[in-house]
Amino acid sequence: MSVMFSWRRLLVWAATAAVMIVAPLVFTQGFAVSMLSQMGIAIIFALSYNMLLGQTGMLSFGHAVYFGLGAFFSAHALNAIGAGTFGWPVSLLPLIGGVAGLVFGVIFGYVTTKHSGTPFAMISLGIAEMVAACSLMFPSFFGGEGGISTDRVVGEAVMGITFGPSLQVYYLIAAWCFVCMIAMFALTQTPLGRMANAVRDNPERARFVGYNPTRVRFLMLSLAGFFAGIAGALEVINFELITAERLGTVASGNVLLMAFIGGIGHFYGPIIGAVLVTFLQSALSNYTQAWLLYFGLFFLVMILFAPGGIASLITLHKPVVQTRMLGRLALPYVAAAASAAVLMLGLVALVEMLYHIETKAEQVGTVMSLFGRQLDAATAQPWIVAAIILIAGGGLLAFVGRFVRSAWNDVTVAANQAKGA
Amino acid sequence: MEFFLVTLLNSLSYGLLLFMLSSGLTLIFSMMGVLNFAHASFYMLGAYFAYQTSRYVGFWPALVIAPLAVAALGALTERYGLRTVHKYGHVAELLFTFGLAYTIEEVVHLIWGRAPVPYRIPEILEFSAFSIYSTQYPAYRVFMMLVSVAMLVGLYLVLTRSRIGMIIQASLTHPDMVQALGHNVPRVFMLVFAGGAALAGLAGVIGGNAFVTDPGMAVSVGTIVFVVVVFGGMGSLAGAFIASLIIGAVQTFSVAFDYSLLTLFGSIGIKVNPDSGWMELWKVTIAQAAPVLPYLLMVAMLIVRPKGLMGTREG
Repeated sequence: MSVMFSWRRLLVWAATAAVMIVAPLVFTQGFAVSMLSQMGIAIIFALSYNMLLGQTGMLSFGHAVYFGLGAFFSAHALNAIGAGTFGWPVSLLPLIGGVAGLVFGVIFGYVTTKHSGTPFAMISLGIAEMVAACSLMFPSFFGGEGGISTDRVVGEAVMGITFGPSLQVYYLIAAWCFVCMIAMFALTQTPLGRMANAVRDNPERARFVGYNPTRVRFLMLSLAGFFAGIAGALEVINFELITAERLGTVASGNVLLMAFIGGIGHFYGPIIGAVLVTFLQSALSNYTQAWLLYFGLFFLVMILFAPGGIASLITLHKPVVQTRMLGRLALPYVAAAASAAVLMLGLVALVEMLYHIETKAEQVGTVMSLFGRQLDAATAQPWIVAAIILIAGGGLLAFVGRFVRSAWNDVTVAANQAKGA
Repeated sequence: MEFFLVTLLNSLSYGLLLFMLSSGLTLIFSMMGVLNFAHASFYMLGAYFAYQTSRYVGFWPALVIAPLAVAALGALTERYGLRTVHKYGHVAELLFTFGLAYTIEEVVHLIWGRAPVPYRIPEILEFSAFSIYSTQYPAYRVFMMLVSVAMLVGLYLVLTRSRIGMIIQASLTHPDMVQALGHNVPRVFMLVFAGGAALAGLAGVIGGNAFVTDPGMAVSVGTIVFVVVVFGGMGSLAGAFIASLIIGAVQTFSVAFDYSLLTLFGSIGIKVNPDSGWMELWKVTIAQAAPVLPYLLMVAMLIVRPKGLMGTREG
């Protein structure tokens, strides 16, 4: 890591910036800009979470606490700006959220970072539950069930920017997202970031070279709280509403899913995870009520078969692509994808019919449309067909899986030989 | 006095129920080092299975069938889930159980809906066992305590007196040596996991109808059970027992008190400015703060004694 500056790295960052600038011009549908804004917020949040899990090895089940508290403090600040009692530019509101997240990171971090591993995970959950329970006790700050609503169009327009149109909000979020990404990446290159890795891998040896692991964990948690608070403030600007739900355990679980699915072992993993999960959540929730179930199953499959997340799958395929052997894997991959599709077809049919009977049958009857076909969920035939498809898909996948594995082994051996030669 | 005695009995039955959950969690944790996030989901499944089976065959067969069904699920979870992710380390194991809890909740939504199901206590137990002053104490609560105590004694006897109990205890500390002596340690793990799941399922069967059977029950009880385990000390059965009773008592008693800091200030003669911004904090009664108290206790314990009440290891 002696090279502080590399052209390649500069190119990657420039490309990232270009994608962020161009994205809303390419995806112009009404909901696209809103989704892109949510992705930007999710990226900051997921990256700040990965400062704990990926870089310091702290599994937290309460990271949304810092996001939510940062959001509530900035919502009140924004209301104060609107009322004229507090002079502060709206574009710098995330700093207020960040400082709030930092302060609570310091407070809770002091208590929690004395532990690591499983006890830390449980304590972070306890803290999250405590804050969530508190949020119902103090309605004047947390707004009770309805939350705190606010208005982002306040103060003088600076160069015509009012933050009224959602496109302006997107560019604000994108700018903050870019700055935070660079800041968090730079942090990984500092001595603190390196020591965090050491504490993750072997706290005993980290102590041996003269660093206090508790202190490193504490610093990383406080800083992660800072970035989570920034994301929370951007959420307030984006939605103009914040409810106590956003600091609850479900929100904490969600950011964990994002980081893990993307891949916690690489810096860019959580970025992929945040983009993918945000997209899946808005896209799937439009089509089916069962999307949370599909999402949970997807997560389980990822843990069982790709615990390094999507980023690790990319890394695994790097030598294969470099030695131009990806073509040898194409056929097994296509076959596996096809049998997985059959399996999913059966599964989705069963789940959707169950959901239909459970939630809609009383209002609209048991006849439903599924994959463009009309069927009656009260009769046995569609269930039998779906079960047969499911079992056939499972059998096919188990059969094809063997070929994929042997093809993968052959290719990696060949790729290693090609590299060695 | 009457209120105190009734609440004490209620807190005892609730505390014993918590111990049924925390004992399984503790055993699994000390054996495999895995904190099972889905443990409370097994509790929820126990309640739902009992509701479903009791509709066809009545409560008493369900009392046996539901925990066995949950135990089978637990065994499958260990064999095909945890054992697969074991090689990726503890974080992956923890995340697997977390994802499992998430998925089980959605499956419950899918099959039984989001509203509570009408899982009732059996008619034969719907009478009052005895009366304390003017309060009739329900027989079902007594039944709950009996089942819990029977389970407690049974667990103790199995762990200390039976051959399999000896092997389990030995595998806790010396798994390699037990393996070398010719015992199938992975199978012992599976057995313990299934046993812990069965205990959680049994707690669900007798707790689901005393409280409420809805998809939120896993989360609400699950976090309390974690507090119990941390408070009592990770991996200590005795600690879990004492912590279960304490947390059970705190939760049951606190909802009944309407005192706030304002009352305290009044009684020791401090005048509080009613327009003060802190008024909202002073006005919170113990009953309102009840959901937070277990967590506050846990945080206080962590500051004073990080390894918990009877814990032997420190994170």
